[in-house]
Amino acid sequence: MIYLLLPAAAFFGAFFILPMCRLFLVGGSGARGWSAYTAILTDPIYFNSLLATLGVAAATTVATLIISAIAGVFLQRHRFPGNALLVSMLTLPLAFPGVVIGFMVIMLAGRQGLVGTITQALGGDKWVFAYSLGGLFMGYVYFSVPRTILTVMSATEKLDPRLEEAARSLGASTWRVVLDVILPGLKPAFISAGAICFATAVGAFGTAFTLAARINVLPMVIYTEFTLSANIAMAAALSFVLGAVTWLVLALARTAAGSTVAAAG
Amino acid sequence: MKSHKMLFGLQLAFTLAVCAFLIVPVVLSILAGLTSNYFVGLESGLTLRWVFEVWDGYRDTIFRSIGIALACLLVTLVLGVPTAYVLTRSGSRLSRVVEELLMLPIAVPGLATALALISAYGGMGGFRTSWTFILVGHVLFTLPFMVRSVLAVLASIDLKTLEEGAASLGASFRQRFFDIVLPNCRNGILAGSLMVVTLSIGEFNLTWLLHTPLTKTLPVGLADAYASLRLEIGSAYTLIFLLMIVPLLLAMQAFARPRPRRFISDDPVPESK
Repeated sequence: MIYLLLPAAAFFGAFFILPMCRLFLVGGSGARGWSAYTAILTDPIYFNSLLATLGVAAATTVATLIISAIAGVFLQRHRFPGNALLVSMLTLPLAFPGVVIGFMVIMLAGRQGLVGTITQALGGDKWVFAYSLGGLFMGYVYFSVPRTILTVMSATEKLDPRLEEAARSLGASTWRVVLDVILPGLKPAFISAGAICFATAVGAFGTAFTLAARINVLPMVIYTEFTLSANIAMAAALSFVLGAVTWLVLALARTAAGSTVAAAG
Repeated sequence: MKSHKMLFGLQLAFTLAVCAFLIVPVVLSILAGLTSNYFVGLESGLTLRWVFEVWDGYRDTIFRSIGIALACLLVTLVLGVPTAYVLTRSGSRLSRVVEELLMLPIAVPGLATALALISAYGGMGGFRTSWTFILVGHVLFTLPFMVRSVLAVLASIDLKTLEEGAASLGASFRQRFFDIVLPNCRNGILAGSLMVVTLSIGEFNLTWLLHTPLTKTLPVGLADAYASLRLEIGSAYTLIFLLMIVPLLLAMQAFARPRPRRFISDDPVPESK
């Protein structure tokens, strides 16, 4: 039976394990030698982009969790006409690749975008923030909300409504029920969905690439090192570190949530 | 009671706002792709000109993406279904390790995987410049989804009993695999397949580094169009992409709905005497 694993194992070994080992070696082969791996902490340029990347990812995670928690619990708990339609609309962008998300941000907040048009019509300045960290944040939230809402909804479905009834019958207010019963019950889902948001935002490249310009997040830095500067060793070292960080976040979340973390796109 | 109504209203308004945030740009983009001059607005009239222009310029990327997605599906089926089966049946520490390893390509950013592939195989000219180089990347990225979705179904049925029953009736391993295992995880295979095709068509992070001028896929073309051409062309191209991907998504949503289990029910079996 174990022989059935052989094709997958061969493919995986040849095209993932081996290349990853190779990438690790390449990372240490540049002008900086093995110190390329610590440059991300010692070189201010890389360190600042690391901070920007982690900052945007953290902000995305918090915003996505709040939005998805409110909308997800609401949609799961209240059945009303149009509910199913709302759910399909909220999950429609699930499979949009990063580039398309970037384009959606441009449609909203770009030079000819909706936000700019509205703010101008209201007599204010034309708001254009698509090509900055703000735009990137917006894009990552756009990307993460659909998958997080699904996770929250399926976790809400599994909550035992009797606990809430019990709390209410003991005189708890709506807020206390939310704080003491619903949120703790959803905690594992929050941890795993949040970890995925964070890891995806750290590693995503397409959205930043479409918005480009002045955004110095790590994936963009890696890309410019590789293509423009032809500094392949540095690109390799940085992407290896980036991979280690995202893997670690997901592994920690898996331990904390006590279940397998649903995968991200 | 009144406060409950207000709470309901607030939550509904919030949810609608989130919906608008997600859907309005899609609608805007569709309109832009069909408008003669988006800068002027809808008054300039609707046209299919941009769609045709994209079709002429990027037709090959569309067909290539579909081809790669189908090839990717084939490879993930051949590699993924047996893997999921072995992981279910062995259920040991080894399978935990294998599962963890298989999920790595999702955890690691596509950029890193692509750089790794290039540093290992970039020197092999014929492989590097062919579409199979992209296919390898797509399989790495989508295989975990196929394995996961088949695993989920297999975990919910009592495969061991079914197989033992069949074996006691003299079924060979081959017969058991094709006549019992595969039909039982049909739903998982279908859901996984939809997922694999959707993800492969939309994959960009890996593909952008793996592609060559002769092996552009649809998302690569999209990035091209967004960067260098006018908004209408980018929008028309996005419209074509949406037309391809939305039916797959709707099919996936239909699949995600809970459905009655068919094979082993929890209800006591009525005695037939």
